Amino acid sequence: MWSGRRGSLRPAGCGLEELRRRRREREAVLRKARREQQLISKRLLRDDAPGEAEEGCVAMILREAEIQQFLRLAQRGTEEKERERALVSLRRGLQHPETQQTFIWLEGSMRTLVGLLTSNQALLQLEAARCLHELSHSEQSAVAEACLPATSYLLTYLSGHSSDFIELCLYTLGNLIVESEAVRRQLLPQGIVPALAACIQSPHLTVLEALGYALSQLLQAKEAPEKIIPSVLASTLPQHMLRLLQPGPKLNLGVAMEFAWCLHYITCSQVNNDLLITHGALSTLGLLLLDLAGAVQRTEDAGLELLACPVLRCLSNLLTEAAVEAVGGQMQLRDERVVAALFILLEFFLWKQPSLLPEGLWLLNNLTANSPSFCTSLLSLDLIQPLLQLLPVSNVVSLLVLTVLCNIAEKGPAYCQHLWPGPLLPSLLDTLAFSDTEVVGQSLELLQLLFLYQPEAAQAFLQQSGLQALERHEETQLQDRVHALQQIALHT
Amino acid sequence: MQLPPALHARLAGAPGAAEPLPVERNPKAGAAPFRFMARLVRFPREHEFFEEGDVQRHLYLQDVLTQVAGEPEKPRVPEFTCQVAGCCQVFDALEDYEHHYHTLHRNVCSFCKRAFPSGHLLDVHILEWHDSLFQILSERQDMYQCLVEGCTEKFKTSKDRKDHLVNRHLYPADFRFDKPKKTRSLATPQVTVQVSAEALGADWEQSEGDAMEGCSEPASERRTCGHRIPPTICFGQGVSRGFKSTKKRNKHQ
Repeated sequence: MWSGRRGSLRPAGCGLEELRRRRREREAVLRKARREQQLISKRLLRDDAPGEAEEGCVAMILREAEIQQFLRLAQRGTEEKERERALVSLRRGLQHPETQQTFIWLEGSMRTLVGLLTSNQALLQLEAARCLHELSHSEQSAVAEACLPATSYLLTYLSGHSSDFIELCLYTLGNLIVESEAVRRQLLPQGIVPALAACIQSPHLTVLEALGYALSQLLQAKEAPEKIIPSVLASTLPQHMLRLLQPGPKLNLGVAMEFAWCLHYITCSQVNNDLLITHGALSTLGLLLLDLAGAVQRTEDAGLELLACPVLRCLSNLLTEAAVEAVGGQMQLRDERVVAALFILLEFFLWKQPSLLPEGLWLLNNLTANSPSFCTSLLSLDLIQPLLQLLPVSNVVSLLVLTVLCNIAEKGPAYCQHLWPGPLLPSLLDTLAFSDTEVVGQSLELLQLLFLYQPEAAQAFLQQSGLQALERHEETQLQDRVHALQQIALHT
Repeated sequence: MQLPPALHARLAGAPGAAEPLPVERNPKAGAAPFRFMARLVRFPREHEFFEEGDVQRHLYLQDVLTQVAGEPEKPRVPEFTCQVAGCCQVFDALEDYEHHYHTLHRNVCSFCKRAFPSGHLLDVHILEWHDSLFQILSERQDMYQCLVEGCTEKFKTSKDRKDHLVNRHLYPADFRFDKPKKTRSLATPQVTVQVSAEALGADWEQSEGDAMEGCSEPASERRTCGHRIPPTICFGQGVSRGFKSTKKRNKHQ
């Protein structure tokens, strides 16, 4: 299922601790960027010092004269090998920001590069594309925007056949897309959406992964809900995306990941989720969820949580659409295996990536809120105890766990009979000792429902020093509910 | 987290669910001061709920992109020659050959031997340059189709089409795959390179930046290619893999 990226590029001489430290730093930077709504991956590339040697490839700062010389050689050199070497040297130099700046301000340089890109000299074309790719990587807007003259050609080449070249064009486009709205304002009329819709029919996995990346960058744009997503939805892209997410022997993790994220950016924008539902998104994603839960048990594959996350998000958001009932969508998901799969994934998250637990619990809420069927499944599959085990993880998780339990309890006595007797009450007494107001508040809600539908539970509550547990919140903003609960417990 | 042992088996089992328990609500449930209501929750794009997952996603992307930008590694194979008649390129890496083939031999016009980046552009070329019916029809109806994938507009003249490409699709005015058909001429203002056989080396090539105008004539393929191949190499029966020669030869590394 998983086709790993070719090799792993690791800075030489880097110990595990050092890697962890760098990763934490990068996480912090990304978190800050997201809070400022500036989360752009390309920009944060090459945190390492420029010029760091990478497997024998050194980024040199090239001066104007050297750039001119390389370009001249590439264009007019007599020997092909010489021309190619010139471009390779230029490309290496372009890894350096200073060289990039010099290049873009040099008159005629981009024109020459585009000329080489569109020549019929196949390998010069490839090297020119790599130069362009280096430029597209730049953190500086001016450099990336200097690549604009090449975009019509990059799009044209998407309907070619050379998979390596197409892959390169796609990553370059992806980098440019994320650069600025100005770039996207050019790419859209140039026909990027139809070009991608044609290219997505390629059988090459590397091309598909690159396309998914480019598309995800396009869909992540700020103006996407108004300006981009409608045309994407109107194209054949949604059907192809869902096809590439079908579980089965042909599913490729790297490819699926990209398109799952694409689907997430579309669904959370709430432009026309009903259309996705009519294309069978709920069914596909539900089956994929089952498949993921199976995979998680079998392998230690790195990255399954990266696919699970957007799948969970899409399902959760799609379930809120009115169309779900109309299409009998909920029926497709009445399968209790979905609940089983979700818990297997929750366990996986707890071990691998606890920060993703809230996302899984969000889906659990949306599955159980209006569904007696799923609430019953949780009970019949014996999942209350595992759910309670998540309570201590964090406040956000506690709140969500309690909400799901409330979803079950509010359905009436038949449900509450399965909640008590059992481990629920002791757990609730523990949560009353938490300091977070929202968590305690939700515990009070759950207790009210429990006492209402299962009066014996109130007795047990009193016997287990429940009143004392409530007392500590008597003077807080929770006091109304605390007092009411005290009355209920005493008079039930 | 301890899951019940039967859970994994349930996942592997058949679809289905137990009969839902009966729902029976009491109006006092969630009544003031209580307020719980079971409800579906949706989060919009920028919600902070997504922060963690987004951060993980971008960490992954950064790693992928760093690898993509890295020096490409190509596995080497014993040298071989392109087997297309008239082509003498030698390769030692399959990726290079794939790209060469697709660029120069895949979408080639059988009339004039020009190569195109895609089947679509080749079709348009054949229609507009080699189909005599096209000329006749275009006098009466709009026949010049827009080159952009997905755009269905058609135009009376090639110039109208170009204007459309520039104004509507923001294409460059000198888009190299939209040169109007004209009598053979090698010198155009944009070409900045000397188009001479020796300068270009022994390779199937058309003038720089001018894909639709070639330096070849339909019947002269052999001639054009002929004076660019070192005399010691012959194609056809004489070529063998791993041909070694002390003379200058084409090789892509």
